[in-house]
Amino acid sequence: MARLKVEEINFSFGYDTILEDISFEVNEGEVVSLVGPSGGGKTTLLRLCAELLDRQEGKIENSFKTQAVAFQDPRLLPWKNVIDNISFGLKAMGVSSHEREERAKEIALKFDLEENDFDKFPKELSGGMSQRVSFARALVTKPDLLFLDEPFSALDIGLKRELQDHVMELIENKEITIFFITHDIMEAIRLSDKILLLAPDPGRIVKIYDFDVPQAQRDDEYVYSQTAKLLSDREIIETFELEFR
Amino acid sequence: MKSLLKILRDFPAYLWSGWGAIASVFIFIAAWDVGNQVYGDLILPSPLETFQTLAQLFKESEFVENLMITLRRAMIGFSISLVAGTALGLLAGFFVTASMVSRPIVTILMGMPPIAWIVLAMIWFGMGDATVEFTVVVASLPIVFVGALQGTRTLEDKFDEMADIFKVPPVMKLFDIYLPHIFSYVFPAWVAALGMAWKIVVMAELLATSDGLGAALALARSQLDTASALAIVVAMVGLLMVAEYIFLEPIKREVEKWRD
Repeated sequence: MARLKVEEINFSFGYDTILEDISFEVNEGEVVSLVGPSGGGKTTLLRLCAELLDRQEGKIENSFKTQAVAFQDPRLLPWKNVIDNISFGLKAMGVSSHEREERAKEIALKFDLEENDFDKFPKELSGGMSQRVSFARALVTKPDLLFLDEPFSALDIGLKRELQDHVMELIENKEITIFFITHDIMEAIRLSDKILLLAPDPGRIVKIYDFDVPQAQRDDEYVYSQTAKLLSDREIIETFELEFR
Repeated sequence: MKSLLKILRDFPAYLWSGWGAIASVFIFIAAWDVGNQVYGDLILPSPLETFQTLAQLFKESEFVENLMITLRRAMIGFSISLVAGTALGLLAGFFVTASMVSRPIVTILMGMPPIAWIVLAMIWFGMGDATVEFTVVVASLPIVFVGALQGTRTLEDKFDEMADIFKVPPVMKLFDIYLPHIFSYVFPAWVAALGMAWKIVVMAELLATSDGLGAALALARSQLDTASALAIVVAMVGLLMVAEYIFLEPIKREVEKWRD
Protein backbone atom coordinates (compact mmCIF):
# COMPACT_ATOMS: atom_id res chain seq x y z
CA MET A 1 0.00 0.00 0.00
CA ALA A 2 1.32 3.38 -1.01
CA ARG A 3 1.76 6.03 1.61
CA LEU A 4 3.28 9.35 2.44
CA LYS A 5 5.22 9.10 5.65
CA VAL A 6 6.72 12.15 7.28
CA GLU A 7 9.11 11.63 10.17
CA GLU A 8 10.58 14.23 12.49
CA ILE A 9 10.76 17.04 9.99
CA ASN A 10 12.44 20.25 11.08
CA PHE A 11 12.68 23.20 8.77
CA SER A 12 13.94 26.76 9.09
CA PHE A 13 14.55 29.80 6.95
CA GLY A 14 17.72 31.34 8.37
CA TYR A 15 17.19 31.67 12.13
CA ASP A 16 13.41 31.36 11.84
CA THR A 17 12.23 27.89 12.72
CA ILE A 18 9.23 27.24 10.50
CA LEU A 19 8.48 23.62 11.29
CA GLU A 20 9.46 21.61 14.35
CA ASP A 21 9.38 17.87 14.80
CA ILE A 22 6.57 17.08 12.38
CA SER A 23 5.53 13.44 11.97
CA PHE A 24 2.42 12.00 10.34
CA GLU A 25 1.27 9.53 7.77
CA VAL A 26 -1.10 9.67 4.82
CA ASN A 27 -2.17 6.20 3.73
CA GLU A 28 -3.61 5.24 0.37
CA GLY A 29 -7.27 6.22 0.02
CA GLU A 30 -7.17 8.62 2.95
CA VAL A 31 -7.95 12.29 3.11
CA VAL A 32 -5.74 14.06 5.60
CA SER A 33 -6.23 17.75 6.30
CA LEU A 34 -3.74 20.11 7.79
CA VAL A 35 -5.52 22.90 9.63
CA GLY A 36 -3.96 25.92 11.21
CA PRO A 37 -3.82 29.71 11.16
CA SER A 38 -2.32 31.56 8.20
CA GLY A 39 1.44 31.95 8.26
CA GLY A 40 1.88 28.85 10.39
CA GLY A 41 3.99 26.88 7.93
CA LYS A 42 1.23 24.88 6.26
CA THR A 43 2.32 25.65 2.73
CA THR A 44 5.96 25.04 3.61
CA LEU A 45 5.05 21.58 4.86
CA LEU A 46 3.11 20.86 1.68
CA ARG A 47 5.97 22.02 -0.48
CA LEU A 48 8.33 19.76 1.44
CA CYS A 49 6.00 16.79 0.95
CA ALA A 50 5.62 17.55 -2.77
CA GLU A 51 9.40 17.85 -3.09
CA LEU A 52 9.21 21.46 -4.18
CA LEU A 53 11.54 22.35 -1.31
CA ASP A 54 14.64 20.49 -0.20
CA ARG A 55 14.41 18.74 3.13
CA GLN A 56 16.73 19.91 5.89
CA GLU A 57 16.14 17.43 8.70
CA GLY A 58 13.97 14.36 9.01
CA LYS A 59 12.61 11.85 6.57
CA ILE A 60 9.86 11.91 3.97
CA GLU A 61 8.88 8.68 2.35
CA ASN A 62 6.53 8.96 -0.61
CA SER A 63 5.62 5.75 -2.42
CA PHE A 64 2.80 7.18 -4.54
CA LYS A 65 3.55 6.94 -8.24
CA THR A 66 1.94 10.14 -9.51
CA GLN A 67 1.00 13.37 -7.81
CA ALA A 68 -0.62 16.69 -8.58
CA VAL A 69 -1.21 19.97 -6.79
CA ALA A 70 -4.11 22.39 -6.91
CA PHE A 71 -2.75 25.71 -5.68
CA GLN A 72 -4.60 28.57 -4.06
CA ASP A 73 -3.97 30.72 -7.15
CA PRO A 74 -4.83 28.85 -10.33
CA ARG A 75 -1.36 29.24 -11.93
CA LEU A 76 -2.62 28.87 -15.47
CA LEU A 77 -0.11 29.57 -18.20
CA PRO A 78 -1.36 32.87 -19.69
CA TRP A 79 -0.21 31.97 -23.23
CA LYS A 80 -2.12 28.70 -23.38
CA ASN A 81 -5.83 28.32 -23.93
CA VAL A 82 -8.12 26.38 -21.59
CA ILE A 83 -7.64 22.99 -23.23
CA ASP A 84 -3.87 23.31 -23.50
CA ASN A 85 -3.69 24.38 -19.88
CA ILE A 86 -5.73 21.41 -18.72
CA SER A 87 -3.66 18.97 -20.75
CA PHE A 88 -0.33 20.44 -19.59
CA GLY A 89 0.36 17.61 -17.15
CA LEU A 90 -0.61 15.01 -19.73
CA LYS A 91 1.86 16.54 -22.17
CA ALA A 92 4.61 16.18 -19.59
CA MET A 93 3.68 12.51 -19.26
CA GLY A 94 4.11 12.05 -23.01
CA VAL A 95 0.45 11.44 -23.87
CA SER A 96 -0.26 11.91 -27.60
CA SER A 97 -1.76 15.24 -28.60
CA HIS A 98 -4.98 13.66 -29.84
CA GLU A 99 -5.60 11.78 -26.61
CA ARG A 100 -4.59 14.82 -24.57
CA GLU A 101 -7.21 16.94 -26.24
CA GLU A 102 -9.90 14.32 -25.83
CA ARG A 103 -9.24 13.77 -22.14
CA ALA A 104 -8.95 17.51 -21.47
CA LYS A 105 -12.27 18.19 -23.21
CA GLU A 106 -13.99 15.41 -21.33
CA ILE A 107 -12.93 16.64 -17.92
CA ALA A 108 -13.57 20.28 -18.85
CA LEU A 109 -17.20 19.47 -19.65
CA LYS A 110 -17.47 17.56 -16.41
CA PHE A 111 -16.27 20.65 -14.58
CA ASP A 112 -19.04 22.71 -16.20
CA LEU A 113 -16.83 24.56 -18.64
CA GLU A 114 -18.51 25.21 -21.96
CA GLU A 115 -17.26 24.34 -25.38
CA ASN A 116 -16.92 27.96 -26.43
CA ASP A 117 -14.59 28.52 -23.48
CA PHE A 118 -12.09 25.95 -24.74
CA ASP A 119 -10.12 28.38 -26.91
CA LYS A 120 -10.10 31.17 -24.37
CA PHE A 121 -6.94 32.44 -22.73
CA PRO A 122 -6.77 32.72 -18.93
CA LYS A 123 -7.15 36.53 -19.10
CA GLU A 124 -10.66 36.00 -20.48
CA LEU A 125 -11.74 33.69 -17.64
CA SER A 126 -13.41 34.63 -14.38
CA GLY A 127 -11.75 33.65 -11.09
CA GLY A 128 -14.09 30.72 -10.63
CA MET A 129 -13.53 29.43 -14.14
CA SER A 130 -9.77 29.68 -13.74
CA GLN A 131 -9.94 27.63 -10.56
CA ARG A 132 -12.03 24.99 -12.35
CA VAL A 133 -9.43 24.80 -15.10
CA SER A 134 -6.67 24.52 -12.52
CA PHE A 135 -8.56 21.71 -10.78
CA ALA A 136 -9.18 19.95 -14.05
CA ARG A 137 -5.47 20.20 -14.86
CA ALA A 138 -4.60 18.52 -11.56
CA LEU A 139 -7.22 15.77 -11.85
CA VAL A 140 -6.96 14.91 -15.54
CA THR A 141 -3.64 13.18 -14.90
CA LYS A 142 -5.45 10.82 -12.49
CA PRO A 143 -2.90 11.38 -9.73
CA ASP A 144 -2.54 8.83 -6.94
CA LEU A 145 -1.77 11.60 -4.50
CA LEU A 146 -3.36 15.02 -4.71
CA PHE A 147 -2.12 18.02 -2.78
CA LEU A 148 -4.66 20.75 -2.22
CA ASP A 149 -3.28 24.09 -1.05
CA GLU A 150 -6.41 26.01 -0.03
CA PRO A 151 -7.80 25.81 -3.56
CA PHE A 152 -11.33 26.69 -2.41
CA SER A 153 -10.52 29.72 -0.31
CA ALA A 154 -11.17 32.39 -2.96
CA LEU A 155 -14.39 30.86 -4.30
CA ASP A 156 -18.03 31.60 -3.57
CA ILE A 157 -19.92 28.97 -1.59
CA GLY A 158 -21.72 27.55 -4.62
CA LEU A 159 -18.57 26.92 -6.60
CA LYS A 160 -16.75 25.75 -3.50
CA ARG A 161 -19.41 23.12 -2.94
CA GLU A 162 -19.34 22.07 -6.57
CA LEU A 163 -15.58 21.48 -6.64
CA GLN A 164 -15.74 19.74 -3.29
CA ASP A 165 -18.37 17.41 -4.72
CA HIS A 166 -15.98 16.44 -7.50
CA VAL A 167 -13.36 15.64 -4.89
CA MET A 168 -15.93 13.71 -2.81
CA GLU A 169 -16.78 11.55 -5.78
CA LEU A 170 -13.15 10.54 -6.14
CA ILE A 171 -12.87 9.91 -2.42
CA GLU A 172 -15.93 7.65 -2.35
CA ASN A 173 -14.59 5.53 -5.17
CA LYS A 174 -11.26 5.36 -3.30
CA GLU A 175 -9.53 6.57 -6.44
CA ILE A 176 -7.35 9.12 -4.77
CA THR A 177 -5.38 10.06 -1.70
CA ILE A 178 -5.49 13.66 -0.62
CA PHE A 179 -3.32 15.87 1.52
CA PHE A 180 -5.37 18.97 2.07
CA ILE A 181 -4.32 22.30 3.51
CA THR A 182 -6.98 24.68 4.74
CA HIS A 183 -7.79 27.22 7.40
CA ASP A 184 -11.49 26.44 7.08
CA ILE A 185 -12.36 23.89 9.76
CA MET A 186 -15.81 23.15 8.34
CA GLU A 187 -14.33 22.35 4.95
CA ALA A 188 -11.83 20.02 6.59
CA ILE A 189 -14.54 18.21 8.54
CA ARG A 190 -16.61 17.66 5.41
CA LEU A 191 -13.77 16.01 3.51
CA SER A 192 -11.23 14.47 5.86
CA ASP A 193 -10.56 11.17 7.54
CA LYS A 194 -8.01 12.82 9.73
CA ILE A 195 -7.33 16.41 10.69
CA LEU A 196 -3.90 17.54 11.84
CA LEU A 197 -3.86 20.72 13.85
CA LEU A 198 -0.76 22.79 13.15
CA ALA A 199 0.09 25.42 15.76
CA PRO A 200 2.33 28.27 14.61
CA ASP A 201 5.68 29.71 15.80
CA PRO A 202 7.24 27.24 15.26
CA GLY A 203 4.88 25.06 13.26
CA ARG A 204 4.12 21.85 15.15
CA ILE A 205 1.31 19.34 15.17
CA VAL A 206 -0.49 19.69 18.47
CA LYS A 207 -3.44 17.38 17.96
CA ILE A 208 -4.89 14.85 15.55
CA TYR A 209 -8.67 14.39 15.13
CA ASP A 210 -10.12 11.25 13.52
CA PHE A 211 -13.46 11.03 11.72
CA ASP A 212 -14.93 7.59 11.16
CA VAL A 213 -18.23 8.40 9.43
CA PRO A 214 -17.82 7.90 5.63
CA GLN A 215 -17.74 11.21 3.73
CA ALA A 216 -20.92 10.36 1.81
CA GLN A 217 -22.90 10.08 5.03
CA ARG A 218 -21.78 13.38 6.42
CA ASP A 219 -24.80 15.64 6.12
CA ASP A 220 -24.86 19.30 7.04
CA GLU A 221 -26.02 18.48 10.53
CA TYR A 222 -23.02 16.26 11.10
CA VAL A 223 -20.64 18.88 9.75
CA TYR A 224 -22.16 21.65 11.86
CA SER A 225 -22.19 19.63 15.06
CA GLN A 226 -18.61 18.47 14.56
CA THR A 227 -17.52 22.01 13.76
CA ALA A 228 -19.14 23.29 16.91
CA LYS A 229 -17.44 20.55 18.88
CA LEU A 230 -14.04 21.34 17.43
CA LEU A 231 -14.46 25.05 17.92
CA SER A 232 -14.94 24.49 21.62
CA ASP A 233 -11.83 22.34 21.82
CA ARG A 234 -9.14 23.94 23.96
CA GLU A 235 -6.30 23.27 21.46
CA ILE A 236 -8.25 24.79 18.60
CA ILE A 237 -9.11 27.87 20.65
CA GLU A 238 -5.48 28.36 21.64
CA THR A 239 -4.08 27.66 18.18
CA PHE A 240 -6.40 30.02 16.35
CA GLU A 241 -6.39 32.47 19.27
CA LEU A 242 -10.17 32.42 19.40
CA GLU A 243 -11.62 34.45 22.21
CA PHE A 244 -15.29 34.13 22.93
CA ARG A 245 -16.80 37.03 24.65
CA MET B 1 3.41 26.62 -37.82
CA LYS B 2 -0.10 26.78 -36.41
CA SER B 3 0.42 30.42 -35.46
CA LEU B 4 1.73 31.20 -38.94
CA LEU B 5 -1.45 29.86 -40.52
CA LYS B 6 -3.48 31.82 -38.02
CA ILE B 7 -1.62 35.02 -38.90
CA LEU B 8 -2.35 34.44 -42.61
CA ARG B 9 -5.99 33.67 -41.92
CA ASP B 10 -6.50 36.82 -39.87
CA PHE B 11 -4.62 38.95 -42.40
CA PRO B 12 -7.56 40.13 -44.57
CA ALA B 13 -9.51 41.20 -41.49
CA TYR B 14 -6.42 42.98 -40.23
CA LEU B 15 -5.99 44.82 -43.56
CA TRP B 16 -9.63 45.81 -43.55
CA SER B 17 -9.11 47.41 -40.14
CA GLY B 18 -6.50 49.68 -41.79
CA TRP B 19 -8.96 52.10 -43.42
CA GLY B 20 -8.73 54.45 -40.45
CA ALA B 21 -4.95 54.52 -40.75
CA ILE B 22 -5.15 55.20 -44.48
CA ALA B 23 -7.60 58.03 -43.88
CA SER B 24 -5.23 59.66 -41.39
CA VAL B 25 -2.35 59.35 -43.88
CA PHE B 26 -4.48 61.18 -46.43
CA ILE B 27 -5.20 63.95 -43.93
CA PHE B 28 -1.46 64.29 -43.43
CA ILE B 29 -0.90 64.50 -47.20
CA ALA B 30 -3.65 67.13 -47.49
CA ALA B 31 -1.95 69.24 -44.80
CA TRP B 32 1.31 68.82 -46.68
CA ASP B 33 -0.36 70.16 -49.83
CA VAL B 34 -1.60 73.20 -47.90
CA GLY B 35 2.01 73.78 -46.81
CA ASN B 36 3.08 73.64 -50.43
CA GLN B 37 0.48 76.24 -51.41
CA VAL B 38 1.60 78.57 -48.63
CA TYR B 39 5.40 78.25 -48.93
CA GLY B 40 5.96 77.37 -52.58
CA ASP B 41 7.76 74.61 -54.44
CA LEU B 42 11.30 75.33 -53.30
CA ILE B 43 10.58 75.08 -49.59
CA LEU B 44 7.99 72.32 -49.70
CA PRO B 45 7.26 70.61 -53.03
CA SER B 46 3.70 69.37 -53.43
CA PRO B 47 2.85 65.73 -52.64
CA LEU B 48 2.09 65.16 -56.33
CA GLU B 49 5.48 66.43 -57.43
CA THR B 50 7.20 64.41 -54.71
CA PHE B 51 5.50 61.18 -55.69
CA GLN B 52 6.27 61.84 -59.37
CA THR B 53 9.93 62.39 -58.48
CA LEU B 54 9.87 59.19 -56.46
CA ALA B 55 8.47 57.21 -59.39
CA GLN B 56 11.16 58.77 -61.57
CA LEU B 57 13.85 57.83 -59.04
CA PHE B 58 12.76 54.21 -59.03
CA LYS B 59 13.37 54.08 -62.76
CA GLU B 60 17.01 55.10 -62.24
CA SER B 61 19.35 52.22 -61.52
CA GLU B 62 21.57 54.39 -59.31
CA PHE B 63 18.78 55.10 -56.83
CA VAL B 64 17.73 51.46 -56.64
CA GLU B 65 21.37 50.52 -56.05
CA ASN B 66 21.63 53.08 -53.25
CA LEU B 67 18.45 51.72 -51.72
CA MET B 68 19.84 48.19 -51.78
CA ILE B 69 23.10 49.33 -50.22
CA THR B 70 21.23 51.03 -47.39
CA LEU B 71 18.97 48.03 -46.88
CA ARG B 72 21.99 45.75 -46.74
CA ARG B 73 23.77 47.89 -44.17
CA ALA B 74 20.67 48.21 -42.01
CA MET B 75 20.02 44.47 -42.17
CA ILE B 76 23.61 43.51 -41.33
CA GLY B 77 23.63 45.87 -38.35
CA PHE B 78 20.17 44.84 -37.23
CA SER B 79 20.95 41.12 -37.54
CA ILE B 80 24.06 41.48 -35.40
CA SER B 81 22.04 43.40 -32.79
CA LEU B 82 19.27 40.85 -32.89
CA VAL B 83 21.47 37.82 -32.40
CA ALA B 84 24.04 39.30 -30.04
CA GLY B 85 21.56 41.44 -28.11
CA THR B 86 19.16 38.56 -27.55
CA ALA B 87 21.90 36.11 -26.58
CA LEU B 88 23.63 38.53 -24.20
CA GLY B 89 20.33 39.72 -22.74
CA LEU B 90 19.20 36.17 -21.98
CA LEU B 91 22.57 35.32 -20.50
CA ALA B 92 22.58 38.42 -18.31
CA GLY B 93 19.01 37.76 -17.28
CA PHE B 94 19.79 34.32 -15.92
CA PHE B 95 22.46 35.65 -13.55
CA VAL B 96 21.57 38.26 -10.94
CA THR B 97 25.11 39.63 -10.82
CA ALA B 98 25.34 39.93 -14.60
CA SER B 99 22.08 41.84 -14.79
CA MET B 100 23.14 44.18 -12.00
CA VAL B 101 26.48 44.85 -13.69
CA SER B 102 24.97 45.36 -17.13
CA ARG B 103 22.24 47.83 -16.14
CA PRO B 104 24.44 50.94 -15.82
CA ILE B 105 26.40 50.01 -18.94
CA VAL B 106 23.18 49.77 -20.91
CA THR B 107 22.08 53.13 -19.54
CA ILE B 108 25.34 54.66 -20.74
CA LEU B 109 24.97 53.06 -24.18
CA MET B 110 21.35 54.15 -24.52
CA GLY B 111 22.03 57.66 -23.23
CA MET B 112 24.90 58.26 -25.63
CA PRO B 113 23.62 60.21 -28.67
CA PRO B 114 24.05 58.26 -31.94
CA ILE B 115 25.71 61.27 -33.54
CA ALA B 116 28.58 60.93 -31.06
CA TRP B 117 28.99 57.29 -32.07
CA ILE B 118 29.10 58.27 -35.74
CA VAL B 119 31.92 60.74 -35.09
CA LEU B 120 33.88 58.15 -33.12
CA ALA B 121 33.21 55.46 -35.70
CA MET B 122 34.45 57.73 -38.49
CA ILE B 123 37.71 58.16 -36.60
CA TRP B 124 38.01 54.44 -35.85
CA PHE B 125 36.79 52.88 -39.09
CA GLY B 126 37.09 55.66 -41.67
CA MET B 127 34.44 56.39 -44.28
CA GLY B 128 32.55 53.29 -45.36
CA ASP B 129 30.39 50.29 -44.53
CA ALA B 130 31.99 49.50 -41.18
CA THR B 131 31.24 52.93 -39.72
CA VAL B 132 27.58 52.73 -40.67
CA GLU B 133 27.10 49.17 -39.51
CA PHE B 134 28.91 49.83 -36.25
CA THR B 135 26.68 52.80 -35.49
CA VAL B 136 23.56 50.78 -36.26
CA VAL B 137 24.68 47.98 -33.95
CA VAL B 138 25.64 50.31 -31.13
CA ALA B 139 22.33 52.14 -31.30
CA SER B 140 19.98 49.15 -31.62
CA LEU B 141 21.72 46.44 -29.61
CA PRO B 142 20.93 47.92 -26.16
CA ILE B 143 17.21 47.95 -27.02
CA VAL B 144 17.22 44.24 -27.81
CA PHE B 145 19.45 43.52 -24.84
CA VAL B 146 17.09 45.24 -22.40
CA GLY B 147 14.09 43.42 -23.87
CA ALA B 148 15.72 40.02 -23.47
CA LEU B 149 17.00 40.91 -20.01
CA GLN B 150 13.58 41.98 -18.79
CA GLY B 151 11.95 38.94 -20.32
CA THR B 152 14.27 36.66 -18.40
CA ARG B 153 14.22 38.63 -15.14
CA THR B 154 10.43 38.57 -15.00
CA LEU B 155 10.06 34.79 -15.35
CA GLU B 156 7.81 33.63 -12.56
CA ASP B 157 8.76 30.94 -10.07
CA LYS B 158 5.16 29.89 -9.60
CA PHE B 159 4.97 28.42 -13.10
CA ASP B 160 8.28 26.66 -12.54
CA GLU B 161 6.92 25.13 -9.36
CA MET B 162 3.71 24.06 -11.08
CA ALA B 163 5.75 22.41 -13.83
CA ASP B 164 7.95 20.62 -11.28
CA ILE B 165 4.89 18.98 -9.77
CA PHE B 166 4.06 17.44 -13.14
CA LYS B 167 7.72 16.45 -13.56
CA VAL B 168 7.92 18.45 -16.78
CA PRO B 169 11.12 17.64 -18.69
CA PRO B 170 13.59 20.54 -19.20
CA VAL B 171 13.04 20.89 -22.95
CA MET B 172 9.29 21.16 -22.53
CA LYS B 173 9.83 23.67 -19.72
CA LEU B 174 11.92 25.77 -22.09
CA PHE B 175 9.37 25.76 -24.91
CA ASP B 176 6.16 25.87 -22.89
CA ILE B 177 7.12 28.09 -19.99
CA TYR B 178 10.26 30.15 -20.53
CA LEU B 179 10.23 30.98 -24.24
CA PRO B 180 6.61 32.18 -24.63
CA HIS B 181 7.15 34.60 -21.77
CA ILE B 182 10.56 35.81 -22.92
CA PHE B 183 9.41 36.11 -26.53
CA SER B 184 6.60 38.44 -25.53
CA TYR B 185 9.26 40.84 -24.25
CA VAL B 186 11.91 40.25 -26.91
CA PHE B 187 9.70 40.59 -29.96
CA PRO B 188 8.55 44.18 -29.34
CA ALA B 189 12.19 45.01 -28.61
CA TRP B 190 13.16 43.60 -32.01
CA VAL B 191 10.55 45.79 -33.68
CA ALA B 192 11.79 48.88 -31.85
CA ALA B 193 15.39 48.02 -32.73
CA LEU B 194 14.50 47.64 -36.40
CA GLY B 195 12.96 51.11 -36.44
CA MET B 196 16.04 52.49 -34.72
CA ALA B 197 18.38 50.72 -37.17
CA TRP B 198 16.54 52.19 -40.13
CA LYS B 199 16.78 55.74 -38.80
CA ILE B 200 20.41 55.48 -37.76
CA VAL B 201 21.59 53.92 -41.01
CA VAL B 202 20.49 56.95 -43.05
CA MET B 203 21.99 59.39 -40.60
CA ALA B 204 25.33 57.58 -40.58
CA GLU B 205 25.36 57.36 -44.36
CA LEU B 206 24.66 61.05 -44.71
CA LEU B 207 27.80 61.86 -42.75
CA ALA B 208 30.12 58.98 -43.44
CA THR B 209 29.63 57.46 -46.90
CA SER B 210 29.38 58.36 -50.56
CA ASP B 211 26.70 55.84 -51.41
CA GLY B 212 23.34 54.71 -50.00
CA LEU B 213 20.16 56.67 -49.34
CA GLY B 214 21.80 58.92 -46.78
CA ALA B 215 24.44 60.00 -49.27
CA ALA B 216 21.75 60.55 -51.90
CA LEU B 217 19.96 62.75 -49.39
CA ALA B 218 23.14 64.74 -48.80
CA LEU B 219 23.56 65.20 -52.53
CA ALA B 220 19.96 66.39 -52.95
CA ARG B 221 20.54 68.92 -50.17
CA SER B 222 23.72 70.32 -51.75
CA GLN B 223 21.90 70.74 -55.05
CA LEU B 224 18.88 72.31 -53.31
CA ASP B 225 16.78 69.60 -54.97
CA THR B 226 14.00 69.63 -52.39
CA ALA B 227 11.73 67.37 -54.43
CA SER B 228 14.34 64.59 -54.57
CA ALA B 229 15.13 64.98 -50.88
CA LEU B 230 11.47 64.66 -49.97
CA ALA B 231 11.04 61.73 -52.36
CA ILE B 232 13.88 59.89 -50.61
CA VAL B 233 12.32 60.60 -47.23
CA VAL B 234 8.99 59.28 -48.49
CA ALA B 235 10.72 56.13 -49.75
CA MET B 236 12.36 55.58 -46.35
CA VAL B 237 9.22 56.15 -44.34
CA GLY B 238 7.17 54.07 -46.79
CA LEU B 239 9.51 51.09 -46.49
CA LEU B 240 9.42 51.23 -42.70
CA MET B 241 5.63 51.45 -42.71
CA VAL B 242 5.34 48.42 -45.00
CA ALA B 243 7.72 46.41 -42.80
CA GLU B 244 5.93 47.47 -39.66
CA TYR B 245 2.28 47.23 -40.68
CA ILE B 246 2.33 44.42 -43.23
CA PHE B 247 4.78 42.05 -41.56
CA LEU B 248 5.51 42.88 -37.96
CA GLU B 249 2.20 44.09 -36.57
CA PRO B 250 0.24 40.92 -37.54
CA ILE B 251 2.92 38.75 -35.94
CA LYS B 252 2.93 40.94 -32.87
CA ARG B 253 -0.83 40.65 -32.54
CA GLU B 254 -0.63 36.89 -32.73
CA VAL B 255 2.18 36.47 -30.19
CA GLU B 256 0.72 38.96 -27.76
CA LYS B 257 -2.88 37.88 -28.01
CA TRP B 258 -2.83 36.25 -24.59
CA ARG B 259 -1.58 39.39 -22.85
CA ASP B 260 -3.81 41.58 -20.72
